[in-house]
Amino acid sequence: MSEALLRTPLNAWHREHGARMVAFAGWEMPIQYRSIVEEHQATRQAVGLFDISHMARIFLSGPDTAAFLDYLVTNSVGNLSPGRIRYALVTNPQGGTKDDVLVYRLPDGGDHSHLVVANAANRQKILEWLERNRAGRRVAWVDRTLQTAMIAVQGPRAIELVARIVALSSGSLAELRYYRAATCRVVGTEGLVSRTGYTGEDGVELIVPAEKAVELWRTLLEGGTAVGASPCGLGARDTLRLEAGLPLYGHELAEDISPLEARLEFAVKFDKGEFVGRDALLAQQRQGLTRVRVGLELEGRRIAREGAEIQADGRTIGKVTSGTFAPTLQKVIAMGFVPPAYAEPGTAVTVLVRGHAVPARVVALPFYRRAGR
Amino acid sequence: MSQAAYDPRQLRFSESHEWAHLEGDIVTVGITDFAVDQLTDLVHVELPAVGTEVVQGEPFGEIESVKTVSDLIAPVSGTVAEVNQAVQQDVTIISQDPYGQGWMIKVRVPEGTTLDHLMTYDEYQQQIGGGA
Repeated sequence: MSEALLRTPLNAWHREHGARMVAFAGWEMPIQYRSIVEEHQATRQAVGLFDISHMARIFLSGPDTAAFLDYLVTNSVGNLSPGRIRYALVTNPQGGTKDDVLVYRLPDGGDHSHLVVANAANRQKILEWLERNRAGRRVAWVDRTLQTAMIAVQGPRAIELVARIVALSSGSLAELRYYRAATCRVVGTEGLVSRTGYTGEDGVELIVPAEKAVELWRTLLEGGTAVGASPCGLGARDTLRLEAGLPLYGHELAEDISPLEARLEFAVKFDKGEFVGRDALLAQQRQGLTRVRVGLELEGRRIAREGAEIQADGRTIGKVTSGTFAPTLQKVIAMGFVPPAYAEPGTAVTVLVRGHAVPARVVALPFYRRAGR
Repeated sequence: MSQAAYDPRQLRFSESHEWAHLEGDIVTVGITDFAVDQLTDLVHVELPAVGTEVVQGEPFGEIESVKTVSDLIAPVSGTVAEVNQAVQQDVTIISQDPYGQGWMIKVRVPEGTTLDHLMTYDEYQQQIGGGA
C-alpha cells in the first residue's frame, strides 16, 4: 500500500462528482458515485458508463505476432481476421490461469496488428510473460495503458447513444457485430470501438488517447441525458458481471484454477496446435476434473462472500469465490467451486455464512440473460 | 412499532456509528445517517432476540450491504427488551429513517447507567469530518 496508486485520466472527474475512490489492482478507482444498486439498474435499463482505463492495453506487431499469441493463449486467435476479437485464457504450464484477456485482431491500417486487453492486476505479469516466451520471435509490443483511456458504455440504449458521437471508418455502429472492433472518429480523434463488455448487456468499449478521455466521458454523459446514462463504479461492475455469470480474475480464475475447472472450455481449443498449458489441460480433461465452477442461489438475504464454505453430505465440498445480492434478480447469488458430482443444477447444498448454515442450490449460469439473447 | 424520529442533536454516538437514546432504564439503539450513507444498498440486518444480554463495545448484530458486512456494536450493556421487527422485514427502513422508524433494539440497562462515555452530536460530527 506504500506505492502510489495509478490514476486514470478521469480521476479528477470522478472526485469532482462525488465518487468514492478505492484502491483496486494498484489503481485508485471509483467504486460508486451513488448507490451501487441504482447504478446497476441504470445499466440494465438504460446506459451505464464505466471508466475501465485501469485495464491493461498491450499493442503488438511483427510478422510472428499471430503465432506468438496463439502459443500463449487457449483460444484460437492466430486465425482472426482484422476487426475480430476473441476471449481467451493465458495459461501457465500447469494449466492454471495467468489471466483472462481479450485478443483483438486490429483493423488494418494501424501501427499494430493485435491488441491484448488484460486485467489491471496482471499487467506487469503479462508483460513479463510475453518477454519470457518471446524466444526469438519477430514480435514487438508496447504497453499503452497509461497513454490511452478505455470507457465501457453498456446497456440496452448504449448503441443508440454511442452511434450519435462516433463515425466508424466503415459501416455503422449498429452493424458492428458482437466481438468485433472498428476504428472510428470520436471527439475529434481516432479511437477504437468494440462491441464487447462485462455486464451481460449490449454495449461497446471505447479506447481513445488519454488526453481525450474527459471530453469523451462528458460527451457521452451530455448525449446520454435523454437516454438516462449514468456513471457507474466498480461496485456495479461487479454485481453486473456476477449476474451475467462472468468470472473475475483473482476469484473464479487464478494461477491454480484451470479454464476447464472454471467451465470456460468454449475458449480452449485443443485442436489448434501447441500452446502453453495444453498438455496439462489435456491431462486434466483425461483424468477428469476434481472441481468445477457453479452458480449458487441462496435462501434469505445473507450474502455468501469469498471464502465461505460450501457443504453437502455433512462435509465441506468447496468454497465460494464471489457472492452478492443480485439487484435484478432480488436474490443472493454466488459462484464457487464444487466436485462435478455436485455441479448439476438443482443440487441442494449448504453455504456457511458467518456461522449460519444457509440452504442453497446449484443453478445454471448465467444467473441473468438479457432479453433477446 | 411506530416511533417518531429523534432529533440527532439529542442523541449520543459511538465511534462505530451507533446512536443511543436513554429514557428511564431503556436505551434505544440505531445507526447514524452517516453510517447508512457509507454502507449504501442495505440488504440485511441481523438483530438479537429479546432477552439477549449485550455488552458495551461488543457486537450485538450485523448489518449487510451489497458491498460489505459490518458488526453492530453495543453502545451500552444490558438486556434486549425489544427488537424492531420491521427493519428485519425491510432493511430499507433504516436508510429512510435511521433516527426514527429505523431504530434497531431497545436495551434495558442497570440503574445508574449513563451515556456519558459516548460522543455528543458535535463531537460525532467532528469525528466524521462534518464540522460542528
